[in-house]
Amino acid sequence: MAEPALAVRELEVRYGSVPAVRGISFEVGKAEIVGLIGPNGAGKSTTLHAIMGLVPSRSGSVSLEGSPILGRAPETIANRGMALVPEGRRIYADFTVEENLRLGLAARRGRHGKNALDGAYELFPVLKEFRRRQAGVLSGGQQQQLAIGRALVAQPDVLLLDEPSLGLAPSLVDDVFAVLADIREGGFAVLLVEQRAQRTVALADRTHVLSNGEIRLTLGPDDAGDTEKMVAAYFGG
Amino acid sequence: MSFVTLLAALDAQTLADSVGLGAIYALMAIGIGLVFGVLRLVNFAYGQLIMAGAYTLAFTAHWRVAWSIVACFVVVVALSLVMDRAVFRPLRGASPAVMLVATFAIAFMLQAIALLVDIRDNTIGEIATSIAPLNQPTSIGGVDIRKITIVAVAVTAVVLALMAALLLRTTLGLHMRAAAADFGTARLLGVRANRVIAFAVFLSGLLAAIVAVMLTVQFPFVGPDFALRDTIVVLVGVVVGGIDRLWTATLGGFAIGFTTGIINGALPTEQTVFLPSAVFALVILVLLLRPGGLFAWGRTATERV
Repeated sequence: MAEPALAVRELEVRYGSVPAVRGISFEVGKAEIVGLIGPNGAGKSTTLHAIMGLVPSRSGSVSLEGSPILGRAPETIANRGMALVPEGRRIYADFTVEENLRLGLAARRGRHGKNALDGAYELFPVLKEFRRRQAGVLSGGQQQQLAIGRALVAQPDVLLLDEPSLGLAPSLVDDVFAVLADIREGGFAVLLVEQRAQRTVALADRTHVLSNGEIRLTLGPDDAGDTEKMVAAYFGG
Repeated sequence: MSFVTLLAALDAQTLADSVGLGAIYALMAIGIGLVFGVLRLVNFAYGQLIMAGAYTLAFTAHWRVAWSIVACFVVVVALSLVMDRAVFRPLRGASPAVMLVATFAIAFMLQAIALLVDIRDNTIGEIATSIAPLNQPTSIGGVDIRKITIVAVAVTAVVLALMAALLLRTTLGLHMRAAAADFGTARLLGVRANRVIAFAVFLSGLLAAIVAVMLTVQFPFVGPDFALRDTIVVLVGVVVGGIDRLWTATLGGFAIGFTTGIINGALPTEQTVFLPSAVFALVILVLLLRPGGLFAWGRTATERV
């Protein structure tokens, strides 16, 4: 049996004595999108941060392509093939678009030539057009494209996204979800944390509903139309 | 002391000396600013790196000049890297106040060690004679300019150009800028923190060594407090210029060096004791009028907090 790209087992995170994530387990395979939804404070972002090494976890294990990564520094985890598109994008506003993308190459494994950024430019032509401009002048949607493009140039095995549709106009949200489908086609393993529950459930291969640090329920794409199930998932039915 | 008399005292020689001092202070500002950028650490012990370099020059004064300068570079850069490994790295993530106090401790410790080494011959202070000839003046267009002034300005110009090329044109420079702007995101993207920091510390040490040579030429009498006053003045200049950006910090360093030179030239010799008071009065004025930094255009003071 092939190893899943990302395997999380019994992951537990506490902030002081307050448990934020209570022993959750899930897997993400290649060319798969797995969604994590749930109300604010359910532990979605904390789960991503623990996987990426940004917050220490209390117990459990996380493996990337079969090798354990829990307890490593974020830059080590990035260099092993995990990329996070953080909430709020965290692009370098004073740097050019191209410089932001070149930063993504820091975690790229193996040698890369002059055309290393072409993949991102192909996916987001507007980034190529504006590559010499300061990233700070881009619109919100373009900045999100830049943040995703920056993560992709590293050619990670696993892509983590923390609320990529946050603060975007509805039409731009469509764009983001369309791009995520393309990324899946490209063979990446994607873990998507989102507030837009219905869209996420419809897109993802599986969506885990988190509440109070635990996985309450796992939904498939077919459940997206089932309003009752969606509401129940959120309100602990 | 009116503005008019200040201007009247501005002869070409004073101007040249002031530019020279500004250039040296600008190099110190880059050295301090580089480390601040990646570590958010104000290295008060920067002056003691320069002091160590000056002592090295004094103790090796009987060597050939080139070897003496090489020794100075080796000692200062090594000390700088040791400082990073032994103190900065274990303290990474500590509050800025803790790190500042730690650098105070290093500064006083290094001064104490220097004193112990220095007084073995029962006198305090050593004289670095071998590179002193660079302090001789040469005549350019009827104006006497000390050779060291020309060297200082040329070296600073070259260092600034190299630094700009490194930061703007290379991948390592891009990583350093990213680390300085937002360290957390840089690490997230796979920028190796230890490598970037070690390189910044290395460059900072290299600059301290250059400054050590240029200050020792002008002030060959080396004591444990060598460069201490200069460091305090440069730290103030860096803050006045705007410490969160390398180029504003550098301009701040140059500005305070230049201003010190001009006021020094303008004050009658018997009143130079008032020099620090005059400089710091100006500093207070600047901080009152532009709390964000003298060169921090378009940014408000509140952004800094």
